[in-house]
Amino acid sequence: MATTHSRTAARFMISPSVLLLLGWMIVPLSMTIWFSFQSYNLLSPGTEEWIGFLNYEFFLTDPAFFAALSNTLLLVLGVLVITIIGGTLLALLLDQPVFGQGVVRILVIAPFFVMPTVSALVWKNMFMNPVNGLFAHAAKAMGLEPFDFLAHAPLFSVTLIVAWQWLPFATLILLTALQSLDQDQLEAAEMDGAGPFSRFIYIVVPHLSRAITVVILIQTIFLLSIFAEILVTTNGGPGYASTNITYLVYAQSLLQFDVGGGSAGGIIAVILANIVAFFLMRMIGKNLEA
Amino acid sequence: MGSIVLKQVTKRFGDVEVIPPLDLSIVEGEFVVFVGPSGCGKSTLLRLIAGLEDVTSGTVEINGQDATTARPAARGLAMVFQTYALYPHMSVRKNIAFPLKMAGLDQAEIDRKVNGAAQVLNLTDYLDRRPGQLSGGQRQRVAIGRAIVREPMAFLFDEPLSNLDAALRVNMRLEISELHQKLATTMIYVTHDQVEAMTMADKIVVLRDGYIEQVGSPLELYNSPANLFVAGFIGSPKMNFIEGAEASKHGAHTIGVRPEHLVITQDAGMWQGTVGVAEHLGSDTFLHVAVDGVGTLTVRAPGELALRHGDAITVTVPGDKIYRFDRDGSAVR
Ligand SMILES: Nc1ncnc2c1ncn2[C@@H]1O[C@H](COP(=O)(O)OP(=O)(O)O)[C@@H](O)[C@H]1O
Ligand SMILES: [Mg+2]
Repeated sequence: MATTHSRTAARFMISPSVLLLLGWMIVPLSMTIWFSFQSYNLLSPGTEEWIGFLNYEFFLTDPAFFAALSNTLLLVLGVLVITIIGGTLLALLLDQPVFGQGVVRILVIAPFFVMPTVSALVWKNMFMNPVNGLFAHAAKAMGLEPFDFLAHAPLFSVTLIVAWQWLPFATLILLTALQSLDQDQLEAAEMDGAGPFSRFIYIVVPHLSRAITVVILIQTIFLLSIFAEILVTTNGGPGYASTNITYLVYAQSLLQFDVGGGSAGGIIAVILANIVAFFLMRMIGKNLEA
Repeated sequence: MGSIVLKQVTKRFGDVEVIPPLDLSIVEGEFVVFVGPSGCGKSTLLRLIAGLEDVTSGTVEINGQDATTARPAARGLAMVFQTYALYPHMSVRKNIAFPLKMAGLDQAEIDRKVNGAAQVLNLTDYLDRRPGQLSGGQRQRVAIGRAIVREPMAFLFDEPLSNLDAALRVNMRLEISELHQKLATTMIYVTHDQVEAMTMADKIVVLRDGYIEQVGSPLELYNSPANLFVAGFIGSPKMNFIEGAEASKHGAHTIGVRPEHLVITQDAGMWQGTVGVAEHLGSDTFLHVAVDGVGTLTVRAPGELALRHGDAITVTVPGDKIYRFDRDGSAVR
């Protein structure tokens, strides 16, 4: 698209889809913004009125908000750390020529195809249940007291479940990146006297940095809005111990029927997501440049 | 420092024997070229010496010590890869410094050596660039720089010039030869290009299907090739081979005549034929001459010749320039 003419034509051609996407985004966003300035509770219909920033004030000063904020960030960070370290190690392992490589790879990818609600239920009932769970049985077999994961370490448990779901994604992206690494470089490094660990640090990790960036960006987008796993396992509790922003918005608007407060929470979540995105791009965006 | 001896070395990949039992000794300071057609096992042999592949059987001795199972880094050899294998995320400076850093040298020493190597290779202005920002020739130089800073006992080159254009290739050929003069370190150089082999080598090892066909200096190979394969491989244009009655006259199954040894004579001569294609290079003229009962002969005549398609000419070769080969291709002396 070199000429001015073809560029104008191109803009004209893509304008319908741009407009559609814009409308798609603008309508719900402006409705949410509109509701967020209303006193709008489904339990008392007909009393809607403009109340300014009161919903925001209410949401932001709620002690649950700060708990939810830090839970959201901890959840995202925890899952990222587990999936990237675990994904790199798994990718290194899967890159080795082993018998039945194809089957092993499919097995590794499998968790990604399990619905979040289903995998959360499986973890809750079959692994973490303090009476019947596999972990409880294992603990008893070793003569230890079974640990009630969801009651005593709720956020950690949710993090674990979500990390299990996202590990395949990270592994897959990192594995393809690993396979695109030029073997000559590794051999050159070997000739240059670099041991396996130095080769990993100086050759493999820099090569993976772009893939790691992609994993971080994509996962962050999805992890900021984790919901099903929390609803199915802990319901955000005990107290607010495993409530994130998304769950708080749900609790506000649907459990308390407060549409106005929930909308304000939604807008705050959007702003937070943008702040996170801004800092992420600042920190690692340069890795994406060629 | 820098002698390498291979004893009964073999290499198999699964069921395929790429290198059959092979003996070779390389003297300190020699420039040895492994030459042969693609897929004949040159790279494999080089990688066996480097330690990047394990030998299936046999021993590799470096400096008189058994290095068969030594790790690549412990062998004291440096390798320049065909693809250069530079580290793309590191600057030129860091690339060259990498082996020194791995060896645990202090920073001042590293800087001194890197700057020295950069000076030798004309890379001083490019030290802070990434490999991606360099031309092919410059990348090649960085790869060589990374090899020389280690002061290895021997350099291994795997077709280092095959990714460069023709003019640059001639330049780099000279530079590598000069480097060898200056450092006087053993160099093993792999190529499929017989011109590179002839121009650079002290000793050429001609390989075919993993077998060593002949070892010798460039002129030994040119003047007394051990067999048809070497005779056909060394020299450009390729040697003419003649079989049948014409060969029997000289008591051989096949005779070979180099294009440059064929002399164009006015009337009386050995073979009379017609010019097919004439290639005028200015300095030389290559004629493809069809001779009845002999086949097509390539003739290399110095200078410009006013001969063209369809002209009838006579060519002669001095008796001592005829190479004779027996039925199984070995030279008859
Ligand atoms: N890792 C490998 N596995 C199986 N076969 C190989 C491997 N490396 C090389 N070969 C085979 O060995 C032969 C020689 O290869 P190579 O040494 O690369 O040839 P050259 O460098 O002379 O072109 C080829 O037939 C090639 O297919
Ligand atoms: Mg090769």
